Amino acid sequence: MKSIKNHFSLVIALVSILFSVQVFIIVDRSINAYKENLANNYSIIMVAQVHIPEEQIKAISPLITTVNELNPEGVIKRLNTKMDKKNLELLKITLPKFYKLKLAHFPSPQEIERLTKNLLATKSVKKVENFSSNHDNTFKLLLLFKDVITVFSLSIFIVTILLILKELRIWQFMHNERMSIMGLFGAPIWLSSAVLFRLSIVDAIIASFITFIVFSYIESSLWISRQFESIGIEVVVFDKVEDFSLLFAIAMFVSVLLASLILLGHKEEV
Amino acid sequence: MDKVIIAENLSLAYSNDETIINKVNFSVDSGSFVFITGASGSGKSTLLKSLYGGLKPDQGSLIVGGVEINGVSRKKLNFLRRHIGIVFQDYKLVKEWTIEKNITLPLLINGYEKNVTQNQVDSLLKHVRLKHQAGKYPLELSGGEQQRVAMARALSHNPILILADEPTGNLDDYSSGLIWNLLEGANTQLKTTVIVVTHHIPATMGIDYKHFHIEYGSINEVN
Repeated sequence: MKSIKNHFSLVIALVSILFSVQVFIIVDRSINAYKENLANNYSIIMVAQVHIPEEQIKAISPLITTVNELNPEGVIKRLNTKMDKKNLELLKITLPKFYKLKLAHFPSPQEIERLTKNLLATKSVKKVENFSSNHDNTFKLLLLFKDVITVFSLSIFIVTILLILKELRIWQFMHNERMSIMGLFGAPIWLSSAVLFRLSIVDAIIASFITFIVFSYIESSLWISRQFESIGIEVVVFDKVEDFSLLFAIAMFVSVLLASLILLGHKEEV
Repeated sequence: MDKVIIAENLSLAYSNDETIINKVNFSVDSGSFVFITGASGSGKSTLLKSLYGGLKPDQGSLIVGGVEINGVSRKKLNFLRRHIGIVFQDYKLVKEWTIEKNITLPLLINGYEKNVTQNQVDSLLKHVRLKHQAGKYPLELSGGEQQRVAMARALSHNPILILADEPTGNLDDYSSGLIWNLLEGANTQLKTTVIVVTHHIPATMGIDYKHFHIEYGSINEVN
């Protein structure tokens, strides 16, 4: 019971840190997946007076990945009943060329503005429709969402650090006496601090293990995957190797840092 | 006879520069039993503290077990302390360890093997009449019992020197008797040098001893 109590407070603090880190990772992944999704559905329409080869359009900006020339047949068919054949042939020749441009990623408003400017600077390009109003709103919403989560994670992180600092003072009090007594009998510093480091390493392992179980459960939850499906994205909630390694490294770093700080602040009582 | 302690012109002071021990000279022969007496605040415990390197000399020289305390490195001080057994007035037991583990501490630090450690601890627990309390924690014991544990810990690694600060200060006659017997036994049978800081020398002491008295910062041998 006493031993569990010794571990409890640091484990709780470590678990909070690991939770905030993993939540931030999930949100970051979700936003990136959503941006990719938006980029796939997003395109710019360019209108030119004459045909421009695909390579020439791609050379305007590295952001442009695909160029599709829109077929004018559909528009002409609609006009078919009202015009005679001769006029239709003339219209086919004089009708401007429409291009649908797909981009490498979901662009920022600045990137869209720059790209529109570059396209319009090209000879024979008359108009560029970038749907900037819709795009701006979506992009701003994404940024707002990311900012909110960042602030949230940061707050948890700060509160947890404060908790750990409090814990540090308790640990300092708890371990100082034993370390001093061991020192009085000639124990080298590595031996007198061994219990402290063992305790912090065990706590890091326990905290990582708890986080592993919880996020593995969340990852397998149908409700979570349905939520992501509903916004049309697929996100890895918890990578059992990559994410766990990162969380374990963070837990180890924090707890060993805590133990080292105690060691540095240790004053021998004689 | 070898000297286990040599003090020359030794002065001891705390950080507020108030000199407690002033330019004293004394030596302790190896294998002897020494009492240091003096009034409260005379500097008995301060002198004892300097003998295990807890306080560095302000002036002069202090050599304990061949180690010069002034300017001693941490490594050398640890080496010296591994050969000393200390009994504190406030016991200084590790509260979260059982009494068995507390007694094991010097053996663990000195790297003794597990079977040697266990035999030694069992034998000491029998000597201090605490075999039945082996698994208990210090705060579950009375003051007398805790001091007996501290005594067993100080003897566990067969040190060359035992330093005891008021070892029977607040103890009942039974515990005091046990402590004196153990100290006498260590001195006569194991030839361990014993230095005891106390207010009163027990009348029943059955061995020869040296007596130093501290007064007004100086130390004098009492015949």
